[in-house]
Amino acid sequence: MDILRFATAGSVDDGKSTLIGRLLFDSKSIFTDQLEAVEATSAQRGDEYTDLALLTDGLRAEREQGITIDVAYRYFSTPKRKFIIADTPGHIQYTRNMVTGASTADLAIILVDARKGLQEQSRRHATLVSLLRVPHIVLAINKMDLVDWSEDVYREISEEFVDFAARLEFTDVTTIPLSALTGDNVVSRSANMDWFEGPSLLHHLENVYIASDRNLVDVRFPVQYVIRPQNGQGDYRAFAGQVISGVLRPGDDVIVLPSGLPSRVKAIDTAKGELAEAFSPMSVTVRLEDEVDVSRGDMIVRPNNQPTVTQDLDAMICWMDSEPMRVGAKYAIKHTTRSARALIKEIKYELDVNTLHRHRSPSDLPLNAIGRVTLRTTQPLMVDPYQRNRQAGSFILIDEATNRTVGAGTITEH
Amino acid sequence: MTTDTSETRRYGLSQLDHLEAEAIYIIRELVAENERPALLFSGGKDSVVMLNLAVRAFAPGPIPFPVVHIDTGHNFDEVLAFRDRVVEQLGVRLIVGSVQEAIDEGFVREEPNGSRNRIQTPVLIRTAEQHGLSALFGGARRDEEKARAKERVFSFRDDFGQWDPKNQRPELWSLYNGRIHPGESIRCFPLSNWTELDIWQYIAREDIELPDIYYAREREVFLRDGMYFTINQHCRPGDDDEVFVESVRYRTVGDATLTAAVPSTATTPAEVVDEVAATRITERGATRGDDKVSEAAMEDRKKEGYF
Ligand SMILES: Nc1nc2c(ncn2[C@@H]2O[C@H](COP(=O)(O)OP(=O)(O)OP(=O)(O)O)[C@@H](O)[C@H]2O)c(=O)[nH]1
Ligand SMILES: [Mg+2]
Repeated sequence: MDILRFATAGSVDDGKSTLIGRLLFDSKSIFTDQLEAVEATSAQRGDEYTDLALLTDGLRAEREQGITIDVAYRYFSTPKRKFIIADTPGHIQYTRNMVTGASTADLAIILVDARKGLQEQSRRHATLVSLLRVPHIVLAINKMDLVDWSEDVYREISEEFVDFAARLEFTDVTTIPLSALTGDNVVSRSANMDWFEGPSLLHHLENVYIASDRNLVDVRFPVQYVIRPQNGQGDYRAFAGQVISGVLRPGDDVIVLPSGLPSRVKAIDTAKGELAEAFSPMSVTVRLEDEVDVSRGDMIVRPNNQPTVTQDLDAMICWMDSEPMRVGAKYAIKHTTRSARALIKEIKYELDVNTLHRHRSPSDLPLNAIGRVTLRTTQPLMVDPYQRNRQAGSFILIDEATNRTVGAGTITEH
Repeated sequence: MTTDTSETRRYGLSQLDHLEAEAIYIIRELVAENERPALLFSGGKDSVVMLNLAVRAFAPGPIPFPVVHIDTGHNFDEVLAFRDRVVEQLGVRLIVGSVQEAIDEGFVREEPNGSRNRIQTPVLIRTAEQHGLSALFGGARRDEEKARAKERVFSFRDDFGQWDPKNQRPELWSLYNGRIHPGESIRCFPLSNWTELDIWQYIAREDIELPDIYYAREREVFLRDGMYFTINQHCRPGDDDEVFVESVRYRTVGDATLTAAVPSTATTPAEVVDEVAATRITERGATRGDDKVSEAAMEDRKKEGYF
């Protein structure tokens, strides 16, 4: 059985949490004690219906305010797949938490309230989802019960989205009209919208094809940890890490970056024995033929297929801190397993999330802004364009005084 | 990019392989970035799986950190014996933080209902401080409880060990931010994305040993609040309680005075997998008297520094 990770996105109150609650409820994935607790809370508040959003809005503050504040992770499976859900907040103040949930998703469900159409926050989330290159998108036009299940409304919003998304980079968009409240088109197809011929949401989630999203071509093995037992294991010395892309085999010629020292893979170890090949996302331990100097943060690759080794990055950055990012400021940077410091050299433009227009050369990037930035790092990093490699193409920026994670970066084509 | 080639099928991984690889990556990442981590080990199934993954993460080397047990004094005997056996086999250092000693010293006070769930938190924080531990691995899973569903993999704690759910660090991709100032710490949850069923499937697949109380045996029990309690040194029936023999097992191992057993016939991991797959009630709902105190009991305890 494989895993599909998906995240919700969209403006505040568009029904994301209710949709997840409905999906769990109608697919019979809720335990009776959880349901009883939610029913009791809902009844106590005098809700007309059991508020299924309470299944993910679990914090006290969320329940008081009726909004989602931070991502909730939920799990369910059907005979076809295991699902990891990240239900994210729509409120602009918590955009950083939406980005957290969407960064690892294979699929994003962008919800739109049928009565309201695209809001600024729907556009911001769509832009972020595109920036994060979530490979599959569902545009869920929700609250169809409040617009008389109207096909016209559905078409209008679909077209509005297509217009907007033309300037973004989505490859796979499926549009589904639904009602999270009543369950129409969530788990089973709706009798109220017989004009809609597509699948129910769950049917789509179960069948969307994700195996080919992985990069099996470019061998990238960032060294996480050097294993060198001192207790009579002889001279065992090996490099532990997770294969982020490509397929690595014993006997392969490799080089270690950034030093460029060549060697060959002697063996690929796991606690259960040696492997004939290792591929993403396996966590393994690699032994090399030669006594080369390798430490955490180095990357093992094939000589004929190398990432760019550079101290100059060109990236899209989503800023997540109330203290704006400024030209000339320095931050800690974490890229794969390598940590360094980075200087912001230039902000080329800030993206207007409503119009996708570019405002040239701003002096800073405020909270929740998205912009194109050049950086200079204190050490070389081994990078690929994010488009080609999600892990070798992404980094985070950390404020060195507060230690907060303040920026998320995706490396653009050099 | 959407054709199902034999390539992509060949390089598919099962959900357990995914979860195992992710957990090992997380364990190594914390150890690489934190000076003094330790692993909380209670002898419960999640901590046993976590310890097992730690062994795999550093094999053939030893586990490069100690394990910590916060001993509530309300333990199942089998579990304590199991703890000592595992620690001895692996040759890891065991640090014990004793709640009983903390009570005797007047550091914490026994709660009126006798539960030591809440007072173990200050003992946990003090033990970490005394041993200079700046990060702790915990076996908590997001599927356990609604506040845990909100938890980061690297969860930042301030100098009081407190969790601030409204102000968590963004956590993107698999780039974890473990940076802290002196006095602050990280709680790290490698099993975040595992469900109870994943844990059991993994135990079955990897043949991992657990304390015997996880398997169904005929045990002497009595009913309290509709839940089965076995008789042990911490848990005695009241005068009116009817004692009878029932085939039961434990789904969780917590405070022995409060943790209930469930009726079961599952005597092997494979049988437990079948049972867990069919159950309609969460493990906490089925077995924990302590979480029923209030809707936000877990969130409140976590804010104080609990796992
Ligand atoms: N009529 C109707 N109401 C809905 C539907 N879906 C959600 N709602 C209502 O819309 C309100 C907001 O729903 P939530 O699920 O909390 O919205 P959300 O998108 O999760 O909000 P945030 O997480 O705070 O961004 C609630 O009152 C829901 O009951 C729907 O399909 N039809
Ligand atoms: Mg919500």
